[in-house]
Amino acid sequence: MKIAFTTSGENLDAPLDPRFGRAPRFLLYSMDSGNIELISNEQNLSAAQGAGIQAAETLLRAGADALVTGHCGPKAFKVLSAAGVAVYNTTLATVKEALAAYKAGELKLADEANVEGHWS
Amino acid sequence: MIIAIASGKGGTGKTTVAVNLAQLYTGPLQLLDCDVEEPNLHLFLPTGEVDEEIITVPIPVVDENLCDGCRACSDLCEFNAIIVPKKVALVFPEMCHSCGGCMMVCPQKAIKEKEQRIGIIRRSRTGSIQLIQGLIDVGVTSVPPLIRAVKKRVDPALSVLIDAPPGTSCPVVTSVRGAGYVILVTEPTPFGLHDLALAVEMVRSLGLAFGVVINRVGIGDERVQEYCRREKIDILLEIADDRRIAEAYSRGQLACEAVPEFRQSISVLKERLEKLAVLHAAGRRS
Repeated sequence: MKIAFTTSGENLDAPLDPRFGRAPRFLLYSMDSGNIELISNEQNLSAAQGAGIQAAETLLRAGADALVTGHCGPKAFKVLSAAGVAVYNTTLATVKEALAAYKAGELKLADEANVEGHWS
Repeated sequence: MIIAIASGKGGTGKTTVAVNLAQLYTGPLQLLDCDVEEPNLHLFLPTGEVDEEIITVPIPVVDENLCDGCRACSDLCEFNAIIVPKKVALVFPEMCHSCGGCMMVCPQKAIKEKEQRIGIIRRSRTGSIQLIQGLIDVGVTSVPPLIRAVKKRVDPALSVLIDAPPGTSCPVVTSVRGAGYVILVTEPTPFGLHDLALAVEMVRSLGLAFGVVINRVGIGDERVQEYCRREKIDILLEIADDRRIAEAYSRGQLACEAVPEFRQSISVLKERLEKLAVLHAAGRRS
């Protein structure tokens, strides 16, 4: 079971990035081994559009089973839910706090996107 | 000849120039409203019967029984419009640019296309003017396909005036591309100058002949004129600021019918354009 967190940092003490599609990277935490894996999302930072869709696909390829982030838009949510990846929204500040809340069962499972898609 | 009327900045007088110029043409003319997000030329021209046509674009549809999730489609798509979350490809129609690539690369032949509505085209007539307007549906974010559909209705045998949307992005490029001449309407303000420079860069990149109309002369300074001299750009016309023009516009009235001086200005512009059209035709023949 691997849980993905959006972050700009490289370890559990790093801040949780509230963005999903344009988060600099994902921290994958293995619930079984406690191992950490970092996955870059850099190619999406300057994407004109479809960053959420691409980021969701990156997570699927990395084998994530759940995502903990600030906000997840409708298209990314559609891709993740089609693949059976659980999405949790939180406003907690760091990956460590979010992980503790996840383990304690305090995070609420999102049943839809919590922000609108954007066009610019 | 196809003449496109564009501007960097919005609200400089594109529509005013377009409808009044159209009104002064004597022969048959096509007037195209390519500002498909907010078409408004019909407000100034009393038209009779309106003929409406629904415009669609092809969007992929995946046969879930045939798709084996190989990702050939999602690897090809530059716009993330088709993705394979698990076993079967998922389409995001709003991201699709209708290139048909996914259908071509699918080894399972699991992808077909269906037509999806993006807007309508309205055709009407007023005197010798044939008005063709695009109107995009609410929620459709990619407007160039509808603008291309409007431009497909061009009759090359006629004079054509195109009213482009403001700005310098894809909808404007789509509107002005292929025009024999582009009129850039601006105003003598810092905003007008800034956006004019962007528009000039755009038409130069597209390799189009162009000139500038400066509207509301007197409200700002001389920097637009200085810029045009420095860049060796033709100033086709300067229209003095006149409240009566704005008042006519606000009533949906043609300014050339309400303000004689304005009619005179537009006549001068029309003559200049007719000379250019002759040169253009000569250039084409040689």
